[in-house]
Amino acid sequence: MHIPDGFLAAPVWLSLDAAGLPLVGYLARRAQREADEAKVPLLGVMGAFVFAAQMINFPVGVGTSGHLLGAALLAVTLGPAAAGVVMAAILAIQALIFQDGGVLALGANVVNMAVAGVAAGYLPYRLWGGGGFRRAAIFLGGFLSVLVGAVLAIAELLLSGVTIPRAVLWVSLGLFGVTGLLEGAITVAVVQGLEALGIRLARPATPALRRGLAAVALAAVLLAAVGVLFASTHPDGLEKLARTIGLEARARTLYATPLADYSLRWLGSSWVAQATAGLLGLALIWGLAVAVGRLVARRRSG
Amino acid sequence: MEPLIDVRDLRYRYEDGTLALDGVDFRLYPGETVALFGPNGSGKTTFVLHLNGLLAGEGFVSVCGLRVEKRNLKEVRRKVGLVFQDADEQLFMPTVLEDVCYGPLNLGRSPEEALVAASRALGQVGIEHVRDKAPYHLSAGEKRRVALAGVLAMQPDILVLDEPTTFLDPPGRRALLAVLRGLPQAKLIVTHDLWFARALAHRAVFFERGRIVRDGPLEAVATHFGWDLRAGPEAVLDPEG
Amino acid sequence: MHHAVLERWSRGGSPWHARDARMKVLLLVAFLGAVATTPVASAASLAGYGLVILAAAFLAGLPPGAVLLRAAVVLPFSATFALVSLAGGDHQRAAALVIRSYLSAAAVLVIVGTTRMPKLLRALEWWRLPRFFVLVTQFLYRYLFVISEQAQHMRLAALSRGGWRFRPAAGAVAVLFARSYARAEGVHHAMLARGFQGQMVLLTPARAGWRDWLFLLGGAAVLAALRFGLEGVWSR
Repeated sequence: MHIPDGFLAAPVWLSLDAAGLPLVGYLARRAQREADEAKVPLLGVMGAFVFAAQMINFPVGVGTSGHLLGAALLAVTLGPAAAGVVMAAILAIQALIFQDGGVLALGANVVNMAVAGVAAGYLPYRLWGGGGFRRAAIFLGGFLSVLVGAVLAIAELLLSGVTIPRAVLWVSLGLFGVTGLLEGAITVAVVQGLEALGIRLARPATPALRRGLAAVALAAVLLAAVGVLFASTHPDGLEKLARTIGLEARARTLYATPLADYSLRWLGSSWVAQATAGLLGLALIWGLAVAVGRLVARRRSG
Repeated sequence: MEPLIDVRDLRYRYEDGTLALDGVDFRLYPGETVALFGPNGSGKTTFVLHLNGLLAGEGFVSVCGLRVEKRNLKEVRRKVGLVFQDADEQLFMPTVLEDVCYGPLNLGRSPEEALVAASRALGQVGIEHVRDKAPYHLSAGEKRRVALAGVLAMQPDILVLDEPTTFLDPPGRRALLAVLRGLPQAKLIVTHDLWFARALAHRAVFFERGRIVRDGPLEAVATHFGWDLRAGPEAVLDPEG
Repeated sequence: MHHAVLERWSRGGSPWHARDARMKVLLLVAFLGAVATTPVASAASLAGYGLVILAAAFLAGLPPGAVLLRAAVVLPFSATFALVSLAGGDHQRAAALVIRSYLSAAAVLVIVGTTRMPKLLRALEWWRLPRFFVLVTQFLYRYLFVISEQAQHMRLAALSRGGWRFRPAAGAVAVLFARSYARAEGVHHAMLARGFQGQMVLLTPARAGWRDWLFLLGGAAVLAALRFGLEGVWSR
């Protein structure tokens, strides 16, 4: 989901822009080799390919069709760092030329889709792509790339105070779930098409022992993300959480309750307090994601 | 007279093992224009990619006295101007002017010098008026000439053109022909287009399964294979012949 | 096609087109920031932003109606969320979502519609966006339409042979992938053939002139006046 300008609260889009820029720089350095710009044409052209491929419709019966989003496909064929740079470039073009996603919100969209989405699309393949469950791993990657991006986007909207009642939240996640299943199916089908053409993808070699650990970590990150989402729509739950960790966070529900309006007493302005709490929640998710990433990296070098 | 291009016993295998070049001997002398014929897959393009070091096979390849090897590549690539078959791959910069400046800038010219070289080259091929356009908006003929300009801006000694008349309509072909006739460089032209070859080349070389099987005056080669150099689908449309 | 229209617009010759892209980018970000932080209650400010956009479109020779129409592409998304907010009784939020997203989209259109893409990307690089990333975006833009056309042709070819179903679509995407990959290798060869040695050497952007500085300062002044000066005027 591409978030337009005007939806996110200033602390949210500011911090995501502040985080997104160095992240893209980091991915760019990883995708390059020794400050060499030889890969620029490859990444640019493959970005154009994904853009074009996104317009191809995949009929799934009864007048509906799906479209490839491409984060997982890029991740398993070009590697996660290159895929992240390509997705970020695609998002930039979409924002500037097609007004699909805002310009100030570009940081958020990049973090959601080019960083988290690509990582989520790559992780299952990295863990299980070398074995007999290869197709399932690729499918899972496609599915997660959509879902993780969507969950983060919804979280950012909620933290910015956009009204998303419980029912709407369920429906949205359901829709994203279906989109994710389609993405998984399309990604697998395209990979099979590539193999039919004789194009081999790199096979990751992962020791079996650590896979379980990484799987648990992955599940934990997902649960945390979804948990924060739902907690934020349920004021009682969040109040409890807030009291437990010593802060109070902002949330809105369709049915106004006496608990709906509150503020952090030890930070003067309510706007700052609410947004700060929201950011801390995001930081929590982020910290978990980084931990998973370190785990994977350590296994790769170890 | 020293040859500009000297190739001896060039052999090259693809990654999958297929033999692409099976002992090629070839020499190009100053002022010559040579046409390269041969069926698809006979190794013409593969051969041509060895002349500026994009591919490296076994055997001896030298350009203007320099062996085509890593330490000479920069100089070799200045001397050999290669115009690719796919103009869209060759014009990779956002505008025509930036693309034609690309070569001179890589050679170490200052931006001002590069702009001068680019303007001159665009003038040489007769398309100064498209300098600010994006390559996507050009016709096939214009793209071909911009690609040629990009190469000319580097002031090469040798021009190598890979199937330059692909996708060109008769007026486009005539325009390209006129430009090439006016250029002093020695030329090597890979082509299927007999009319075009006859208008430019005096010597022809025929590739077959990775080897040169015929090398001589164009008329003689044509007679050997039974080609009719006069006729062609454009003969009726093209009174200039 | 939308991108073709923007391309055409960006090749205009108005004074607005000729202004330094780096300053246009700065003003755009400032404008978007102003829109994002202006409370919805400050109707005067918001109306002012709208007028600025119309004035800019007019000065740049862009068809104002077309700009307003194309900016409306964001409305389906924001209107949906706005309706949900309305249903929850939050009128302010609903208005904010629609007005801010629309004004922002229109502003981006005006800037992108008056700046050639290569200049825009050079400007972003000047503002410290990672160079590798900007170059990838540049190449993406260059090959975007070529490859989209290829995809369209494949689709038409398949349709004329009787069908376009899931498996053939996947096969077509795979073929498009392979051809794009091969094209990228061709581009790399073409770069090497003309002397590429690891770094792209690019033409430098021209220096900013007094007109550009005037443009920047004038624009900043107008924005500041609208953002802070009109606060409270016409407030609901």
